[in-house]
Amino acid sequence: MYSIEANQLTKQFGDFTAVDHICFEVREGEIFGFLGANGAGKTTAIKMMSGLLLPTSGTAMIAGYDIRTQSKLIKRNIGYMSQKFSLYGDLTVFENMQLFGTIYKIPRKELKERIMDSLRELDMEKQANTLVDSIPLGWKQKLAFATAILHRPKIVFLDEPTSGVDPIVRREFWKLIYLAASKGVTILVTTHYMDEAEYCNRISIMAEGQIKLIGTPGELKQQMGVDTINDVFVKFVKR
Amino acid sequence: MSAINIRGVNKTYDGKTAALKDITLEVEEGEVFGLVGPDGAGKSSLFNILTTLLLPDGGEISLFGMDVIRDYKSVRQVIGYLPGTFSLYPDLSVQENLDFFAVMYKSSIEENMALIEPIWKQISPFKDRKAGKLSGGMKQKLALCCALIHRPRVLFLDEPTTGVDPVSRKEFWDILKSIRSQNITVMVSTPYMDEATRCDRIALIQNGKIIGVNPPQTIIDQFKGKLYTFQSDDIFSLMQVLEKCPLDCNYYPYGEHCHIAFYEDMDTAMPAFKQFLAEHNQSHGEIQAIQPSVEDCFIEIVQRNN
Repeated sequence: MYSIEANQLTKQFGDFTAVDHICFEVREGEIFGFLGANGAGKTTAIKMMSGLLLPTSGTAMIAGYDIRTQSKLIKRNIGYMSQKFSLYGDLTVFENMQLFGTIYKIPRKELKERIMDSLRELDMEKQANTLVDSIPLGWKQKLAFATAILHRPKIVFLDEPTSGVDPIVRREFWKLIYLAASKGVTILVTTHYMDEAEYCNRISIMAEGQIKLIGTPGELKQQMGVDTINDVFVKFVKR
Repeated sequence: MSAINIRGVNKTYDGKTAALKDITLEVEEGEVFGLVGPDGAGKSSLFNILTTLLLPDGGEISLFGMDVIRDYKSVRQVIGYLPGTFSLYPDLSVQENLDFFAVMYKSSIEENMALIEPIWKQISPFKDRKAGKLSGGMKQKLALCCALIHRPRVLFLDEPTTGVDPVSRKEFWDILKSIRSQNITVMVSTPYMDEATRCDRIALIQNGKIIGVNPPQTIIDQFKGKLYTFQSDDIFSLMQVLEKCPLDCNYYPYGEHCHIAFYEDMDTAMPAFKQFLAEHNQSHGEIQAIQPSVEDCFIEIVQRNN
């Protein structure tokens, strides 16, 4: 079964087509890299797939639910994090996780256990009572990811989760992604780091609202006759 | 004359969190100087102090001989600053933002058009669009124009390309190169190690301290390990296996490859390593010795320093 099935998904703002009839599928437990230049339409597509924005035409099935009619069910079954919004800076690490867990109606006792497990996994137990504003960006991003999967969603949308994060913490972040995927969580991730594109099972490249290329990193490199995903990207966007 | 002279600068927040510890640096005029370090290392604090927005607890800083505290008004006339967060007016158009900054500095767009022309050419087709509606790459190009419009002598760029796609990033750095030829000094921080490689010199900062200042090639020459690369179909299961490796080594995924740096005598370590992989049923491509990149060096220095 597919976790994500986009079918002619389209969004227009006035006479500007931000997302133009995109079709693709993502399998359960797959790590799918959703690449594209700035302004290609990635964030608009993610907003539609997470039930935050209605499409102009076409649709997508997310965890088996239709984004046009079942957005409430979708929100319950997905996790989302981005570089821009993830956590509340003036709440502590624990309070943030508690807040999100409560919104998702995780029973109180169960929630506390999950938070402690999660902090242990992140090696952040000592920071439980620290304000989020005072921890470094990379840690924040790892914490935001852990918070986004606290309610055990089937699918997680990650919009530039490692933007601005240093080389070591980026790799730690990807370890978390792999761990989640190995437990069956489907991951859709955008990134501007082309080495990270190589860590995905499959990737797509968007331009002008359309998905222009899709396949495994190896397939795309072969198809474009180049050695790296960076070259695929550059060749493609500059074409 | 040095453009930036920093002597023994300290900064502590709330009386306890030491953000900067005894920072001493000298940046030459016309240099593109990179500031690289883990998140929370103190880079943005240093930028805020250098741009007169934050007072240090101690130490001395001068820009072209002007003291950043005593002569802050004159310092502000000669610097351009692109902060880490987008700080133009989203409700003003591209053209209006640029006009605004030009007027604030008692300059005009015409006066310094030659300086910003290579960038302005790329964004002028959108000059009537509101700045808040631009794509990430375009926003940063506009911010760079606004920071340059008064022809500063020093340009401070705090992660200017974070969130910017690979093609726009390359264009941004090509522009920096042309700025350098105008004898404007550039101090730039970046989380992208390929960009750090394009700097004349790089200062590595960790836990508020400078741990080294060198040209990229020197940093590469000082790599201590013996670096190898190989490919695997399943990098992350390979990583789990490598956790059990008894040799003194550091391994990490590097795109489709695994990089592994050994701190051993390779005559005995390599056969032992190959045997280890075989025992754990790891199929892998050819193991090849390679030259480290600045990214490999960053990982080595930061991890060995911890």
